[in-house]
Amino acid sequence: MNRNIFISFGLHTLLVIITAMSLPFLAKKPIDIPPIVSVELIQITDKTNIPFAPKAKKTIEKVKEKEKKLASEQAPPKMVKKEKPDAVPLPDEKIDKVKEIKDEKQNPEKIETEIKQVSEFEKKDLFDPNSIAALIDKSKVESAETDKKLDKITQDQDKSIDFGGLSLSEEDALKAQIFGCWSIPLGLPLSNDLLVRIKLQLKPDGTIEKMEMLDHIKMNTPGKEKFRTLADSVRRAVQLCNPLRVPTTGYERWKNMILNFNAREMLQG
Amino acid sequence: MIFKYLILFLILLPIKAFALIEVDITRGNLSPLPVAVSPLSIDENSKESFSKILKKENIGLEISIIVENNLRQTGLFNPLDKDAFLQKPDIANLKPRFEDWNLIKAQALITGKVTFVDEKLRVEFRLWDVLAGKEITALAFTTVPSNWRRVGHIISDKVYERLTGEKGYFDTRIIYVSEEGPKTRRVKKLAIMDQDGFNNKFLTLGNELVLTPRFSPTNQMVTYLSYFRNLPRVYLLDIETGMQEVVGDFPGMTFAPRFSPDGKKIIMSFAKDGNSDIYTMDLENRIVERISNHPSIDTSPSYSPDGKYIAFNSDRSKYQQIYVMKSNGKNVKRISFGNGLYGTPVWSPRGDLIAFTKLHKGKFYIGVMRPDGTGERLLTENFYQEAPSWSPNGRVLIFYRETKTNSKGEGFSAKLWSIDLTGYNEKMVETETDASDPSWSSLLSN
Repeated sequence: MNRNIFISFGLHTLLVIITAMSLPFLAKKPIDIPPIVSVELIQITDKTNIPFAPKAKKTIEKVKEKEKKLASEQAPPKMVKKEKPDAVPLPDEKIDKVKEIKDEKQNPEKIETEIKQVSEFEKKDLFDPNSIAALIDKSKVESAETDKKLDKITQDQDKSIDFGGLSLSEEDALKAQIFGCWSIPLGLPLSNDLLVRIKLQLKPDGTIEKMEMLDHIKMNTPGKEKFRTLADSVRRAVQLCNPLRVPTTGYERWKNMILNFNAREMLQG
Repeated sequence: MIFKYLILFLILLPIKAFALIEVDITRGNLSPLPVAVSPLSIDENSKESFSKILKKENIGLEISIIVENNLRQTGLFNPLDKDAFLQKPDIANLKPRFEDWNLIKAQALITGKVTFVDEKLRVEFRLWDVLAGKEITALAFTTVPSNWRRVGHIISDKVYERLTGEKGYFDTRIIYVSEEGPKTRRVKKLAIMDQDGFNNKFLTLGNELVLTPRFSPTNQMVTYLSYFRNLPRVYLLDIETGMQEVVGDFPGMTFAPRFSPDGKKIIMSFAKDGNSDIYTMDLENRIVERISNHPSIDTSPSYSPDGKYIAFNSDRSKYQQIYVMKSNGKNVKRISFGNGLYGTPVWSPRGDLIAFTKLHKGKFYIGVMRPDGTGERLLTENFYQEAPSWSPNGRVLIFYRETKTNSKGEGFSAKLWSIDLTGYNEKMVETETDASDPSWSSLLSN
């Protein structure tokens, strides 16, 4: 009798212990959240921004020169001496004049005048695959130049020749181009530091020759990181828009130019 | 006399002088910035070691994916497809060939290197300006390997800060109420996760109903409302130790708790006999102070970041509206005057805006207004949504949205959503279960 009571008591105790151990609120473990570790932040820009070692630089330059040489050796078309048995020899002076005209021409539209009528015999004599390749290359360059020039403002649009500033249409064209290139950092808070001035020196085709940030001292001032971010975005915009859409005439007027980038209007929303 | 004429002649001489042209650029584009996030390079030995510890084949690639996803989520960046990259990660990290990156229209490039040093994870990363062809930020981090996701978030924060001019919000956590089960018998637990939805953990067991969890400024404590033994009370929970305690011994119901910006006080509502007012409790000496005293229902208090003002909602003008008062309860001013009901005001960490929920013509809106009530902007509209909480940089809001049930009472769900201040970049935040009442932590790596 007693034995059974003991067995029953033992089993019941075991049951209670097992139940208690398996209950979630009793076996509550501390919350396992990864500790917030402090991370080591090291500015390594100065160490890693070292230019190529002098030896490596020399080697790279040599390789580049070789590549250039190879390119220049292959590029020019084979010179073919034109032999025209039936052609009437012209006086030397006349030939010089024709050459001069050719050298002076800048307008791609004049290319048409260069096309000569050649007889079938001449065509055979002139046939050379290299020269055709060169012609294709030349036509590519010319078409690119034409495209570039089409991109520019034409003389008809340019109403302010020899006046002080750019005409409205010229300014609008330039602005429209830069608007598309400038990604404004939208996180910047509204402050007085939202104007970045950049001075440009341009080539006649609008390519940027020199770029100078007028507030460059502010860029590196501690506490002016937000201005630096804005200035960086301006620099990227100008580089992205290079070459700029400038008028075809009046180079002297716009060869030096200041662009005032003001983000206030955009950030105000 | 001759001298005078000479001067006059010189003045009248037509000299051709060109003034320097100045052009004002006041507009830009809002399209996302194209960024190339190169996989972080990793040597074979490190790859093998991390593969054993973390069960990840290429931890460098995994970290770069975290950075990419974070940047994409902001709507401000357009991470480019990795298949288009021409340069290998290890070479790109040493000296990028900018022509190649320019070719795929990348304006910024992120490269890096992962190494296994002394049982630790060491990550170097570099941010390059592709157009200028120069490095603009370079940092290194060392941590335990299990923290690899955080390293990805910290890199994202640094990149975001350098390119946008404001602090990031990626190395943060979100505490929320996890919901499971049918609408009439919901099991609600406190849960915590990284801002991108990973590392989800439950903080309570779901035995009691829990609501409105809010982080302390140090992110170590959480205050929330719990219905323990059917008595709604404000509680404090230490998320590292799991210790809980009731805030104050109030004879009635306490709710809508929130920490003060210095973390020393808790501000909350206390309701008794149908009247609810705003109280604060000092966590050091447990002194309770009554802030508002009005026969109407004053609730949802939120401090300004400098702690000088409190925004709250009250029905003292018959309808529920938002009010602002000094932190001592004086100078109460109504700031919302639009049509509809306004509630749950939350002051932005930047202090420039107050987020709110608005109910108008049966629809719920999440919006923002300036602390003086001007410039009200409604960012998103839905059937039911509320409880906005700010990201630490004050640029993004997280809130929850419920869906309608059908005639059988099915199809109910509650999910977390985020929206930025532009109102265009609205995204659902993935959670393991249904979720409500989110609260965004401050930056963990401050």
